[in-house]
Amino acid sequence: MANMKPELSASDVMRRRTRRFVILALAVAALAFLALAAGGINDNLVYYWTPTDLRAAGNKAYGATIRLGGMVAAGSIRHRAGTTGVEFDVKDAHAVVHVKSSGVPPQMFRDGIGVVVEGTMTRGGSFECHRLMVSHNNEYRAPDTEHPDIEKLMRTTEGL
Amino acid sequence: MIATAALGRLLILLALLVSTAGAVVGFASGAKQSDDGARWARRLAYAFGALMLLATLVMEHALLKHDFSVSYVAHVGSREVPMWVTIVSLWSSLEGSILFWGFVLGLFIAAATRFTHDDESMPYAIGTWLACGSFFSFLIAGPANPFQTISPVPLDGPGPNPLLQNHVLMVAHPPMLYLGYVGMTIPFGLAVAALLRGRLAPALLRAIRNSLLLSWIFLSIAIMLGGWWAYEVLGWGGYWAWDPVENASLLPWLTATAALHSIFVVQRRGVLKGWTVTLVMGSFLLTILGTFMTRSGVFNSVHSFTQSAIGPTILVFLTAVLIGSVALLALRIDALENEGRIESAASREGTVLVNNLLLVLLTFTILIGTVFPLIVEAVNGKQMSVGRPYFDSMVVPVGIALLFLLGIGPALPWGAAAREQIRRALLPPLAGAIALAAAGLTFGARNPWTILTLACGGYALQVTVVQLAKLRGSRRAIGAYVIHLGVVIAMIAIAVSSTMRLQSEVMLKTNESAAIGAYRVTFLGTEERSEPHRASTIARVRVTKDGREVTALEPRMNQYEMMREPIGTPDVHSTLAGDLYVSIASIENGRAGLLLIVTPLVSWIWIAVLLMATGGVIALVPIPSFKRAAVTEPLVEAKATP
Repeated sequence: MANMKPELSASDVMRRRTRRFVILALAVAALAFLALAAGGINDNLVYYWTPTDLRAAGNKAYGATIRLGGMVAAGSIRHRAGTTGVEFDVKDAHAVVHVKSSGVPPQMFRDGIGVVVEGTMTRGGSFECHRLMVSHNNEYRAPDTEHPDIEKLMRTTEGL
Repeated sequence: MIATAALGRLLILLALLVSTAGAVVGFASGAKQSDDGARWARRLAYAFGALMLLATLVMEHALLKHDFSVSYVAHVGSREVPMWVTIVSLWSSLEGSILFWGFVLGLFIAAATRFTHDDESMPYAIGTWLACGSFFSFLIAGPANPFQTISPVPLDGPGPNPLLQNHVLMVAHPPMLYLGYVGMTIPFGLAVAALLRGRLAPALLRAIRNSLLLSWIFLSIAIMLGGWWAYEVLGWGGYWAWDPVENASLLPWLTATAALHSIFVVQRRGVLKGWTVTLVMGSFLLTILGTFMTRSGVFNSVHSFTQSAIGPTILVFLTAVLIGSVALLALRIDALENEGRIESAASREGTVLVNNLLLVLLTFTILIGTVFPLIVEAVNGKQMSVGRPYFDSMVVPVGIALLFLLGIGPALPWGAAAREQIRRALLPPLAGAIALAAAGLTFGARNPWTILTLACGGYALQVTVVQLAKLRGSRRAIGAYVIHLGVVIAMIAIAVSSTMRLQSEVMLKTNESAAIGAYRVTFLGTEERSEPHRASTIARVRVTKDGREVTALEPRMNQYEMMREPIGTPDVHSTLAGDLYVSIASIENGRAGLLLIVTPLVSWIWIAVLLMATGGVIALVPIPSFKRAAVTEPLVEAKATP
C-alpha cells in the first residue's frame, strides 16, 4: 500500500488510480469515525465536581453524569425507609448537596468521611446517586472537613 | 548492612554503562557491517542481562533478610507478612517493579540475542534493545532508585499495599504483564533493524513473529488475570471497567494481534511489509504509553497505587521513541518492497487486511476515550472521565465485525477465487450461526447485540472446528485455530455475561435470606478470624438451589494492620453455566449488606484465554513430532527472498 515505489508503466496508472480511491475512501471512513467517536465521548463525559462546582454550574448540572466529591456532613445520614439505601449531605467549604443513594453503603461510610458519589442532579434538588465510594487513603490523616482537597479525594477513591 | 544498597547501586550503574556502550557499538557496527563490532554488541547484551539478574537477586536477598537499610525494603518490607508476600513485594511498588522490569528486559535481550538467527540485522536490533535497556537502567539508577541507603535503619516496615497482599494471584498478574509489555521491545528492535537494513528477510520476519507471539501470549494471560483478579479478589463485581490502566494493557494486545495476522500475509503473499513493521513499532509505543499511564498517576484509576514522579521521564522517552519511529518509517519504509499485491477482497488476505483495519480502528477508539480526559485536564485543568457507555457502544459493533471476519476469513481461499468456490465455502457454516442464535434465544437472550454475537460466533465456531478437523500436522495452523477457538468462546462469553447478569443489593439479618436467579442466599452470621498480618470478619452464607444446599460461601472483610479501612474479598460459587458472586458491602450489629450477582458463562472467559495461550504455545514451541510437517509445509517464505 503506502510503501509501494512509484513506477511508470501502463498497469501502474490504473493501480495508482485505485490507490488514490482507496486512500480517499479510508480518509472519509476515518473522518466519519472521528465524528462518531467525538459524539460518543461528548455524550458520555463524567464530570468531576465539588458541591461548589455543582452549584456554580446552575442549569448545566441537570442531566449530566457527575462524580461529586466532598465530605459527609456530620449528623446528616438517614436510612431510607423500606430500602437498603441512605440519604445524606455532601459538603465542601462553600456548598452542600443533598444526596440520595440506593445501594448498601460501604463499610467505612460514616459522618465526616470523604466520599465520591456518581449520579445525576435532579430538578427536585437532590442528587440521585447510583454509586457511592468512600475515599480510600493509605496514610492515616484526620480529614480536613472544611477544605477537602477534591483532587486528592478523587484520586484516592477506590473501586471505580 | 550499608553494603547491600551500595552493591545494588553499583550493579545498576554498570548495567547503565554496559547498555549504553552496547547501544553505541550495536548501531555503529550495524552501519559499518563490522563483524568484530557485532560480536562485541552480543557480549554487551549478555552482560546487561547478567547485571540485571544480579541486581534483582541482591534486592530479593535484601527483602528476604529484612534488610531495612535498603530504601525499597524499608518501603514495602515487613517482618509480619508471610514469606510469599515478601518474595513478590519485589513488584508490589514502583521502584521494585521498575527493577523487575529491567530484569525481564535483560532476560529477553539475552535470550533474543542467543536465539535470533539473522546476522545481518542483529547489530541494529541489539543496539535498539540496549538503548531501551539504558533508559530503564537510568530510571533504576536515578528517578526510581530502589537501592537508596536509609539511616537510621528502621526496625520494621509497613509491608506492601494490602490490596496486593489480598490474594495469591498477586504473584502472577504483574509479572505476566511485564513479560508481555517488556517482550514487545524485542520485535520492536527487530523491526527497527529491518528498516535500517532495508530488508525484511524471512529469518528476521520469523524472529519478529515468534517474539511478538511470545509477548502476545503473556499479555493475553496478564489481561485475563487482571480481569479475574478484579472480579474474584478485589470485589469490583465485574471483570472489565474500561479503566485507563486496563485499556493500557488492551491497546498493544490489539495491535500485536493485527501484526500477527499481517505477518502471516507477508509470509504467504509478500505484501503488507511496511504495514506490518508499523504495527510492530506501534505495539511497542503503546506499551510505553501504557507504562506512562500506569506509572505517572495522571489518571483517576483503580491502579493509582503505583503512581509516582517518574511520569515525566517516561513521557520524554515515549516522545523520543515516537519521533524516532515516525522519522524512521517515513525515511525507510519504501526500502521494504512488496513482491505482490492483494488481488481480491473476498480472499484470505483480503479479510486479514480488513481485520487489521478494524483492529487499528478499535485501538484508536479506545485510545481516544482513554487519553481524552488527560488532554482536557492539560488544557483547562478540569477533571472528567469518559463513561463506560462510550466504550461499550463503540467497541461492541467493531468487535462483532471482527468476530464475523474470524468466521468468513479462514473459510475463504488465498488469492482470487471463483464465485462458485466462495459460495461453497461460505454457505455451510450458516447452520452453526442459526443453531447458536437459536440456543441463545431458548435460554432467554433478548439483547439484539447478544444474539448477533451468538450468530457470528456460531458461524466462526463451525468454520474453526471444521478447519481444525481438516488439518494434518501443520503446527502453526493448529495453534492459530486453537487461538481462534478461544477468541470465539471468549467473545460469546463476554456478550452473554455482560448482558444477562442479575445484580441485587440486600440487607440481611441473621438467618434471613434473599433470592437471586435460581439461588436462595441465607446469611447465617459472622465469624472473626485473625492471621498475623490481618484480621478478618467473615460472613457465613448458605446457598441453596431448588431447596437443596449447593455450597457455603464466605465473603470477608479484611482489616490490615497498617490500613485504616478494611478491604472486602468476595466469594464466588463458580459453575460452567454461571457464577454466583457474594460480596460484603457492610457488616455491623448482626446485619450484613450483601451484593449478590449472578453472571452466566463467566468462567468460559478464563477458559477461553487459557485456550488462546495454549494455541499460542502450540504455534510457537517447536514440538519434535511436528517438525517434519512444519518443514514440508508449503511456505512462500522461500519465494519472498529477493
